[in-house]
Amino acid sequence: MKRFFRAFLMGASTAVAATSVFAAAAAPSADAALIQRGEYLARAGDCMACHTAKGGKPFAGGVPLATPIGTVYSTNITPDAKTGIGDYTYDDFDRALRHGVAKAGYTLYPAMPYPSYAKVRPDDVKALYAYFMHGVAPVDAPAKQNGIPWPLSMRWPLGIWRSVFAPAVATDVAASPADDAMLARGRYLVEGLGHCGACHTARGAMLQEKALTDGDGPAFLNGGTVEQWFANDLRSDDAAGLGAWSTADIVEFLKSGRNAHSAAFGGMREVVADSTQYLSDGDLTAIATYLKSLAPAKPGTPALAYSNATADLLRAGHPPTNGARLFLDNCAACHRSDGNGYAAVFPSLALSPTVNAADPVSLIHLVLDGSTMPGTASAPTQFTMPGFAQRLSDEQVAEVVTFIRSAWGNRAPSVSADDVRKVRGSVSAAR
Amino acid sequence: MAIKKDKVDAVMVGFGWTGAIMAKELVDAGLNVLALERGGMHDTATTAKYPNIADELSYVMRGKLFQDLSKETLTFRHSPDGTAVPYRQQGAMLLGNGVGGAGFHWNGLTWRPQASDLQLRSHYEQRYGKGFIPEGMTIQDFGVTYDELEPYFTQFEDVAGIAGKAGNLNGKLVPGGNRFEAPRSKEYPTPPLRDIYGAQLFAKAARELGHEPFPIPAANVSQPYTNPYGVRLGPCNFCGFCEDFGCYMYSKSSPQTTIHPALLDKPNFQLRTHCQVVRVNTDASGKRATGVTYIDAEGREVEQPADMVFLTAFQMHNVRLLLLSGIGRPYDPATGEGVVGRNFAYQMNGGVNAFLPKGTQLNPFIGAGAAGQAIDDFNGDNFDHGPLGFIGGANVRHNRTGGRPIGQAGVPKGTKKWGAGWKSAVQDSYQRMMTIVAQGSVMSYRDSYLSLDPTYRDAYGQPLLRVTFDWHDNELKMTQYTVGQAAKIARAMTDHVDVNVRKGHFDTRVYQSTHTTGGAVMGSDPSTSVVNKYLQSWDVHNLFVIGASAFPQNFGYNPTGLVGALSYWAAHAIRGQYLKNPGPLVQA
Repeated sequence: MKRFFRAFLMGASTAVAATSVFAAAAAPSADAALIQRGEYLARAGDCMACHTAKGGKPFAGGVPLATPIGTVYSTNITPDAKTGIGDYTYDDFDRALRHGVAKAGYTLYPAMPYPSYAKVRPDDVKALYAYFMHGVAPVDAPAKQNGIPWPLSMRWPLGIWRSVFAPAVATDVAASPADDAMLARGRYLVEGLGHCGACHTARGAMLQEKALTDGDGPAFLNGGTVEQWFANDLRSDDAAGLGAWSTADIVEFLKSGRNAHSAAFGGMREVVADSTQYLSDGDLTAIATYLKSLAPAKPGTPALAYSNATADLLRAGHPPTNGARLFLDNCAACHRSDGNGYAAVFPSLALSPTVNAADPVSLIHLVLDGSTMPGTASAPTQFTMPGFAQRLSDEQVAEVVTFIRSAWGNRAPSVSADDVRKVRGSVSAAR
Repeated sequence: MAIKKDKVDAVMVGFGWTGAIMAKELVDAGLNVLALERGGMHDTATTAKYPNIADELSYVMRGKLFQDLSKETLTFRHSPDGTAVPYRQQGAMLLGNGVGGAGFHWNGLTWRPQASDLQLRSHYEQRYGKGFIPEGMTIQDFGVTYDELEPYFTQFEDVAGIAGKAGNLNGKLVPGGNRFEAPRSKEYPTPPLRDIYGAQLFAKAARELGHEPFPIPAANVSQPYTNPYGVRLGPCNFCGFCEDFGCYMYSKSSPQTTIHPALLDKPNFQLRTHCQVVRVNTDASGKRATGVTYIDAEGREVEQPADMVFLTAFQMHNVRLLLLSGIGRPYDPATGEGVVGRNFAYQMNGGVNAFLPKGTQLNPFIGAGAAGQAIDDFNGDNFDHGPLGFIGGANVRHNRTGGRPIGQAGVPKGTKKWGAGWKSAVQDSYQRMMTIVAQGSVMSYRDSYLSLDPTYRDAYGQPLLRVTFDWHDNELKMTQYTVGQAAKIARAMTDHVDVNVRKGHFDTRVYQSTHTTGGAVMGSDPSTSVVNKYLQSWDVHNLFVIGASAFPQNFGYNPTGLVGALSYWAAHAIRGQYLKNPGPLVQA
């Protein structure tokens, strides 16, 4: 997920680590239940996404993140006194997590989603602290040298950013009694630890999320573009949002990485694999209930309706366009001439929010690069779509994507070879 | 000096179906399991990538997934007094290699044998008298009964998502299924594949002749299916690229599509590819295996200690490793004594090509490995052998595996093999030629066996496995009879029928079947078997030899259903009994 934004964090904690040359102050012993709850909350916060390297020790950092200003490495957040956060007091921990200020006083890059974590209540921060101090094995892993040159490495502008965009932190005050408990729990997880908006809310000119809560306006979770993926609209819009998904569909998706309609792709694969598959059915239902409560950003858009016309033409051997012919030759084996795919195996293209998103970047990216579903405890099969970058030209990808976006009742604008060229360029550059 | 690795609880030698099943069962039991595979990694996403996998030249003609015969092969001869020569080109049988083994590139016909197939000698002696079994035929009972195995057939079918229709549910005949099948405790996990056109024609003709055709049980899953391990398979789309290929649709049951997703990332499991096991090591007493020795990808000799050793390679390689390791007494055809290599058997396949009326459109490219219809009237002992004078039978069927341009563009007999005549015959035949196969049993004989070749060696300097085998009168009679039945069905469809019955000597150059069996057979008597009814070595109790090497003779079905059932049966005994109290599970 959001490597680009994650990348903004780093250096501050590195500096922090360098100051802690003494052994960790003995943290008060925490009871097992608290540690366990902290572990669960760390899953909900998906801390490992940025802080655990592939094949590396948990939370030892070192994940390389390419940014426009250079490569940075995530930091060691194990309780190692020398190289981790072993000498962090609860207040230090809280300040970094929710206020975006490192122990040494630096402001963190907002890749650390502290504007979201600000919503986490102190009670849960205590559990997280207990977990990171007592439930995680200390790892001696010095921070890697970031590759950001001066003057970009200066951090004082981040402090201004923080004072402008970071919200006040939450207190332990319970949700309003008028609020539905399920809805409140869902909102708490989505806005807070889940930091869904980090990807699914569009960013402003200063890279700030345009809305941190539903109250901030319809930009909240209305979709955002991250690393050549469009993180889908999670509001109840009918065509491009979750309007057609039931609460159960959303729960199944977050638990297994797929459902009858679709499958996780892009950064969401890691989110499911590392975070949401571990959440309780109750919490997943709360998240789904909350997402379903978000009004459409564009109310009044008519819902999509399946049309047999495309499938009839394809079955009769009359593909209407070159794109349709390319679809038959390359895509129909799995996604079928009716565009419905097979439930929880090959995603449906008909009426799919991903297909119908105004921004076609995800669809183009998937056709070029393919995708592998995350393996989860409840659905270990990692169905893989091959990439077609070697097989199809920019024009052909544009034709087939345009066909898909107008077939079976889909209703999304056409795509040009230029659109494809841009995605192909950045995707192959990132490889 | 060999590299010595840390000891594991159990090591699998070979990582195809049996290795994956056994590894999964033992990993679930909490053991530390290592699988050693001599070939490379194969998985759906890369090996069977769409559309690259649909390449007949690479995968069939050039055998991309098969064993590299330039490094290791078999030698063949027809009789114990002959001189064997190496099998240098893929022909009669296509040996698998790599992760998934032949289970990755098989067709997927998944049968249960008849109850009488598992007690063959007793059954024939009882029904036809002892004198009915000819001199030199060394058939014997498996030492395990169908009833004992029934839950494990079910378990394997559930894991593999087999598509089919029951014909006998708990003793009650069910219309539409195979009325000759042994009683099954439940319906197949997925419904039968839809009938391709040729299968519809076959079934109609068979019905006209009074048979009750039924859909072939298929490991080409007919609808999306989630197995008991939580692993989901896709549905078969009849692309026609099963045999010799990996399946890009995740719909052909293979270790990759049914077990690996729930096994490979388990912390107590590891897989090492490109590791050629050269012997099983035993302690000074010779009664206990201490592990295996293998050659790694860099040519280094590695000793891998293990508390339990499982030979889970292909039938031939299981037998060869026993011989190379000096475990069990090698079979001597002169005296009939010894067991390792004894009772090698095979299959005897024949069939007919029916040329349907011009204008028929079979659309042969719509196919799946096991898509088709069959009859079992002439299989096992489902018919009176008394007046016929042979033992065994054949499954008679039409299955359409595909319509590939090189190997599946058949022509009538007498057609020129090149030029304009050949081209026009291919064009004329492609849409209207269908094959009906009689897949027949092969009995075991005193002079059919496996041993180490005295002359030829593999790339590691070890003797090749020598196969001594030829057809016997019993099989020639069997195939004459059963192909005749296939021809009757074909003639009910058309007047133009080419009959192909094997005669004379076994010919390694012509593809027949890779269903080789025996050499490390199971049984209840250590003087005529290598392993007991739980596939445990009689000589070395912590060594299990899993696979078709355990069949005392072969039947008229594809072997994988029984191979899977025997694997789960053995795993159950190991988990339930052996792990608690290691030692012989059967007292000799």
